[in-house]
Amino acid sequence: MQHLGSIVSTPAGPQASAIHWLWNIALVVASIVYVITMGALVAAMRRSSWKSGADAAAHLLPTADAHSMRWVGGCTVATIVVLFAFLVADLVTSRRLSAFERPRARTIRVTGMQWWWRVDYLDTIPQHRLSTANEIYVPTGIPVQLELRTADVIHSFWVPALHGKRDLLPNHRNMLWIQADTAGVYRGQCAEFCGHQHANMAIVVVALSPDDYQRWYARHLLPVDTLALSPAQHAGQQVFERKACVMCHAIRGTVAAGSVAPELTHVASRWKLASGAVPNTTDGMRRWIDHPQLLKPGTRMPDVPLTRDELEALVAYLRGLP
Amino acid sequence: MCMRFRSVHTGIVAGLAMLYLSGCDRESREFKTAPPGIGSRELVRTSAIRAGPPVPEPKITTYQDNAWAVSEGQRLFAQMNCAGCHSPGGGGGMGPPLTDEEWRFGSDPENIFDTIVKGRPRGMPSFAGRIPDADVWKLVAYVRTIGGLTRKDIWALRSDDLSATTPAADERGGPPKARK
Repeated sequence: MQHLGSIVSTPAGPQASAIHWLWNIALVVASIVYVITMGALVAAMRRSSWKSGADAAAHLLPTADAHSMRWVGGCTVATIVVLFAFLVADLVTSRRLSAFERPRARTIRVTGMQWWWRVDYLDTIPQHRLSTANEIYVPTGIPVQLELRTADVIHSFWVPALHGKRDLLPNHRNMLWIQADTAGVYRGQCAEFCGHQHANMAIVVVALSPDDYQRWYARHLLPVDTLALSPAQHAGQQVFERKACVMCHAIRGTVAAGSVAPELTHVASRWKLASGAVPNTTDGMRRWIDHPQLLKPGTRMPDVPLTRDELEALVAYLRGLP
Repeated sequence: MCMRFRSVHTGIVAGLAMLYLSGCDRESREFKTAPPGIGSRELVRTSAIRAGPPVPEPKITTYQDNAWAVSEGQRLFAQMNCAGCHSPGGGGGMGPPLTDEEWRFGSDPENIFDTIVKGRPRGMPSFAGRIPDADVWKLVAYVRTIGGLTRKDIWALRSDDLSATTPAADERGGPPKARK
């Protein structure tokens, strides 16, 4: 389980492990080279301070010191060897990162929008397709292919525990393989400045065991059973469909089929609201719906005038969608 | 610092300050204040034959000179599916074109606001309650720019996603004449 407060992410998959390996090599080698270089510099400064006048001038002439020239030549050769070793390590890491092609792996389309992530689980069977937001669920130990697109500006997908950054470019499709080896919640972030709320564009990758993943997927494919809603929730559904919510959001099982905002069919089980900006509690949802421009200024969700009763009904409805 | 350098320095700073201050309003973004809504002003008088004159004072100027609002209006024009009837550039299809000179129900901001919020005969739906007033004013600002009724420097440029068509704002020669 990744400790969300740690500075350096523990690698949780083979891609991140490969990058971690390369980074460690670079850190160790660069540190040793740095210490040697600084030591030589200090020694050179101290040596030159012993001599003075004509001796010092003679010392500075390059041809006067064949001994130094041998050192310079030797260090140049050593530098070339070290750089070549870096090149080899880099190529090895690149090969490890790209060797994940699986012909029938699960593909998940991640579309960056300002300022949230649309996640579509692609499938050849239309009834098995799922669309959620701001969370990617994957089974552990199985490579998953991410198809990265954007609906507006350039974003960048970055889950440090699993892989490096991959940009989402307009009119362009980028592919990324990730694999999570241990179950857990891995926090990610948009890594390319994309506007006013770029800082509040978080995403999580949740890795479950394959059995848990199948259960989660089957439960999330279910639409809302409107006949099983309580009266308070039913009132909330009326508010949802008569006010501005229905223009942008979708809830499967109801008439709401908006496509420009996160799908809310199972919103109560999300990690957070507003792409990581608001906690997913009753109070958080109430504050978010009441005044989104206060919690996340500039967000595309407008402030919608609602009476107190309408707001409470709406919150009861959405909190009852697990 | 010598005197000449200091006066040149002051002049440069003052010049940059003037440039900065003059550009402030064009892109200022008011996220938390609500613009006037449908209930906060007198209704436009309409006759049975044509749209009536707008209320003379005060004119609604919310967002009408704001480049950010026009850009948001461009986004909302696509997302609220205005483009579904009026076409993505406002050229018209099932609905009348918004880029020509004919405005059946008036081209002042208040008139366009009423058109969107109340709907109009023969097909324009009413979006009252569905699109918040702030977003309607952004749409009003955008619709007026594609009709060529505002100053040019706030016109929406191409939308953030790249597309192959030229936006209406790039057309030269003003808005096209209405066909009779």
